[in-house]
Amino acid sequence: ASTLAFIETTKEGTVSPSSLSALSAAEKLGQPVTALLLGNEAKKAVDYLKSNLKCSNLEKIILSSDESFDNYLPEIVSPTVVDLLKNDKFSHFVISSSSVGKNVLPRISALLDYQPICDITEIKDPNTFVRPIYAGNIISTIECTQDKKLISVRASAFDKIPQGTTENVEVEEITTNASELKPQIEWVSANIVKSDRPDLGTASRVIAGGRALKDKETFENLLNPLASKLNAAIGATRAAVDTGFCDNSLQVGQTGKVVAPELYIAVGVSGAIQHLAGMKNSKVIVAINNDPDAPIFKASDIGIVGDLYEIIPELTEKL
Amino acid sequence: MSMSKLRILVPVKRVIDYQIRPRVLNNAIDSKTIKFSINPFDDIAVEEAVRIREKNKDLVELIHSVSIGPTKAQDVLRTCLAKGVDTSTLVDSGEQQLEPLSVAKILKEIVMKNNSNLVILGKQAIDDDSNNTGQMLAGLLSWPQATNAAKIEFLEDNTKVKIVREIDGGEETLISSLPLVITTDLRLNTPRYVSLQNMMKAKKKPIEKLKLSDFNNIDTTQRLKTISIEEPKPRENGIMVNSVDELVTSLKNAKAIE
Repeated sequence: ASTLAFIETTKEGTVSPSSLSALSAAEKLGQPVTALLLGNEAKKAVDYLKSNLKCSNLEKIILSSDESFDNYLPEIVSPTVVDLLKNDKFSHFVISSSSVGKNVLPRISALLDYQPICDITEIKDPNTFVRPIYAGNIISTIECTQDKKLISVRASAFDKIPQGTTENVEVEEITTNASELKPQIEWVSANIVKSDRPDLGTASRVIAGGRALKDKETFENLLNPLASKLNAAIGATRAAVDTGFCDNSLQVGQTGKVVAPELYIAVGVSGAIQHLAGMKNSKVIVAINNDPDAPIFKASDIGIVGDLYEIIPELTEKL
Repeated sequence: MSMSKLRILVPVKRVIDYQIRPRVLNNAIDSKTIKFSINPFDDIAVEEAVRIREKNKDLVELIHSVSIGPTKAQDVLRTCLAKGVDTSTLVDSGEQQLEPLSVAKILKEIVMKNNSNLVILGKQAIDDDSNNTGQMLAGLLSWPQATNAAKIEFLEDNTKVKIVREIDGGEETLISSLPLVITTDLRLNTPRYVSLQNMMKAKKKPIEKLKLSDFNNIDTTQRLKTISIEEPKPRENGIMVNSVDELVTSLKNAKAIE
């Protein structure tokens, strides 16, 4: 038995933050791990992995530098992964439930005639997994009776793989048919919101703003300095996104990102059930709101009632 | 190159209404007396199909909805018909729970039978949160897939579709030809409400009724076994502080900051 772990690269040739969690989930299965890296940055990312990350169970790296894999179109990625997984030696496949993982894993699974186990938050044993359903309102424990287990992992639920080095690992460069596939769909462009802040999905600290912040300018003026001071990612409620305070990609909740940082500071957030679903597994939750009856206080560890325009600048200064 | 007209399939699921917090009773979801609705993301898919017809004259030949679930799932099909869907199919699976893989296999047969060339469905159902069916169906059909769509636009005499989709940290743009599977994300549109008048009219529209046994070539045995379900443990009571200084001290005590 061994595990094939799909590792996403960044445009800079490093390993994506969510794949750092996928790697540690793969290690947790306690079997030899083969890492798979695809695309133009694969070689650079393999070097990065070997000299920056400590993967104790990693026995092999498979890579293809074919740029057809860039942007991870499922129509191109799936056939290669399907081919590799047909090998009997792989009992497990692990991928992060990033937007790439969510897109490719079900397609790969259907092509192999397996039901995957998606967005797991815990590995009980190599056949048993925990995954939240009903937007985290119910926690289910699932046993997989198929001979192969195809899993996507929620990055915020697993520690990142530790830093260090990984030596004496076999690297195999494979040739695939990726460049010959001519899917009827074409990747045109990506528009990634530029930010110097940590990635919201994997940040260890998150500052989130709600509708009480009135407008875009107030949202930015109050939250940016605090986030910079704490090196935190910025998030928002659906109400704040819908009113135009910030970009849609910052939405935390049932229909947005699900986060579980060490520290979550909710500023002017009322605490709707849909928002709580996206952040209630955070380690320490702080609520700052001028409404003493806001439901968010029931979901927090530390609460303070008062004027946001006074509290936030003072807090920023005193940290 | 001209294109054959669109035959859109919109699969929809009946789920516990999104405003209701599900509870666990005797190791099962307590679903006896609560409200069920169309899965919100599927509602967005229905709305998009109807808007495509409204925006592109003569482009759409047929919008067909299908639901796979208990007999009562016909209620959500009635809603679809009232919103502008033309025809529908209920695949009555009784009490049997189906995994996304089985659902995708049944949908594949419905696609072939209806000669559909565009499938639009929600990115995920808000009950099992699997986010599987659209991608699986696309794989089984060997069709391209555009998931988490935030914008759909027809180009070049309607032979191509441009999709803006939500991804981590932003969005990306794809252009595809048909046939195609699209899954919908929240920003795509805001579904319309149904008027009583349209609800009454919808009663005359057809619902084809099939049973799981009509798909006996498909093995619907569960591949995953639910060992337990439980409500998450409630958070221990928090504290209220009265000043920023107290807040900073509490944060340090909780080791949330140095």
